[in-house]
Amino acid sequence: MFRRQKRVLPGFRLTMGLTLVYLSFLVLIPFAGLILTVGGMSWEEYWAGVTSPRVLAAFRLTFGASFCAAMINAVFGFIVAWVLVRYRFPFRRLVDAMVDLPFAMPTAVSGVALLALFKRLGNALDVKIIFTEWGLLLALTFIGLPFVVRTLQPAIEDVEKELEEVSASLGANRWQTFCRVIFPSLRPALFTGFAMAFARALGEYGSVVFIAGTAMPIVSIEIAKNLQGNEEDMMIAVAIATTMLVASFLILFCINFIQFWMNRRYMETN
Amino acid sequence: MSIEVQNITKSFGNFLALNDVSLYIKSGELVALLGPSGSGKTTLLRIIAGLEEADEGSGPILFNNRNMKDSKIGDRGVGFVFQHYALFRHMTVFENVAFGLRVRPRTTRPDNGEIRRRVLELLRLVQLDTQADRYPHQLSGGQRQRVALARALAVEPQVLLLDEPFGALDAKVRVELRQWLRRLHDEIHLTSVFVTHDQDEALELADRVAVMNAGKIEQFATPNEVFHKPATEFVMNFLGSVNKFRGQVADGKVRLGEQFIMDVPENTEEAKLFVRPHELQISHTKVPNSFNLRAVITRIHSAGARVRVDLETHSGDAMTAEMTHSRLSELNLENGQDVYIVPSNIHVFGADEHAIEE
Repeated sequence: MFRRQKRVLPGFRLTMGLTLVYLSFLVLIPFAGLILTVGGMSWEEYWAGVTSPRVLAAFRLTFGASFCAAMINAVFGFIVAWVLVRYRFPFRRLVDAMVDLPFAMPTAVSGVALLALFKRLGNALDVKIIFTEWGLLLALTFIGLPFVVRTLQPAIEDVEKELEEVSASLGANRWQTFCRVIFPSLRPALFTGFAMAFARALGEYGSVVFIAGTAMPIVSIEIAKNLQGNEEDMMIAVAIATTMLVASFLILFCINFIQFWMNRRYMETN
Repeated sequence: MSIEVQNITKSFGNFLALNDVSLYIKSGELVALLGPSGSGKTTLLRIIAGLEEADEGSGPILFNNRNMKDSKIGDRGVGFVFQHYALFRHMTVFENVAFGLRVRPRTTRPDNGEIRRRVLELLRLVQLDTQADRYPHQLSGGQRQRVALARALAVEPQVLLLDEPFGALDAKVRVELRQWLRRLHDEIHLTSVFVTHDQDEALELADRVAVMNAGKIEQFATPNEVFHKPATEFVMNFLGSVNKFRGQVADGKVRLGEQFIMDVPENTEEAKLFVRPHELQISHTKVPNSFNLRAVITRIHSAGARVRVDLETHSGDAMTAEMTHSRLSELNLENGQDVYIVPSNIHVFGADEHAIEE
């Protein structure tokens, strides 16, 4: 396995070394630190910390809202990606660039922008949006959109024209062609986009804190609040963070497994 | 079902892909559209299929004298096979073939048992009935193309159209599959048109070959005829290598050296003489009453069913002759030898690049 092969380009050892060091410092060591810190707590302390009614409510709301936001993005992100790839219209590039705004804007800026807009809209329509679950959902949907669109776009571009032509030649109408031929080949990309939007929403803080406020139980905000407290509160923050870490890993693992299982049947292996 | 297209023109931007093309294909015929890339052969096939629309002012596309010009591909009753198979990757072989039956409106859709029976029958026809539950990526290229064919046949098309069906296959598989396709055609007698740039494929497989160049059909005839009586210089060149000679035209007669070749109309100004390698004889001595040209053997390629001998004339022109191995050993040829070359059959083309018939 570690037998050295002659390579055309030198630098394997240097780049590999850099990669490992870089990943260690950025990813591995902080996570290990988190686990070590939580190791200082007893099991009872830990369990009490993460199962207090407020924290449980935070988990429920955060996971629920993130899931809903990712679902909304999966539906509308699909439509946006489809329109951007398949149709030519004026200002297409501008619209395409707009998709990146939630990526590019500092989340605080998005938070303030959303707050300003929906405060007025809410007042005008006499519904409460900001500082409610709806505001949270809105913020999470906003920041998740680019993930779905940007993962789907290349996949939609890759759908061969011939597949549609052959489907039409076999008598399928457009709707059948879409449902039976095109959509199944986009499913893996849609799934990845959904998963990324979901994962991003779970940890979102910046925009959420503006539009949803600090009153509602939301995981990221609970962590932040606890970090500002005494030693004991800090340990609770660490416990919640660790739980999120484990949950994220589990979700990531499940997603990868489902991906693998879906692809296994028709991936080009050669 | 017969296919007739009349005066089809198609341009993509400034590029004229088809220039006033007409073609009549008899019912049950297997026809090849042969030509180099960019000659318009695939465009013509796609227009017949309904995947592409001809330009305004083009004539009708008739299937059994019924104009299909405004019908969509799904309504034309054509089976279409693509070069790269275009199989549905997320479906099994069985489901791929069943697709055309499953998407039918409920009133005409066969029930599951009937679909199963028909799909398995087709898979037997293409010798893939044991592979029904596999996915396309688990099959070889030749098998994939046979799945594509079975899928096209499942909707019981009146016409089968194949776009470079063997283009993506290995040389050996390609030959096997085309022989198999010929047998299949003899069995089911479905009017079929296939596109190819491989002249061997066209000549071996087709009942008639339409040789295309620059958006026009240069000749549409049996393989024998296009090979032995090419109508134009292009056909002559495209169907194999040629040796060129400079003929002299005077008083309505074409001569090559001292030898009289043929009578031509008085106003003929130029005649180009072409000789196929297998019609160029090599001799150690002058052949009487024939055109003889001195040449030096530059290379003998004997790895093959036939021997190819490269020569160079004293004026510096490259020539190629082809012969059997027994003829080679009879002649006892070697590199660097000085020999005579003698054309045994000469094709004559005029200034307009068309053949001059005797």
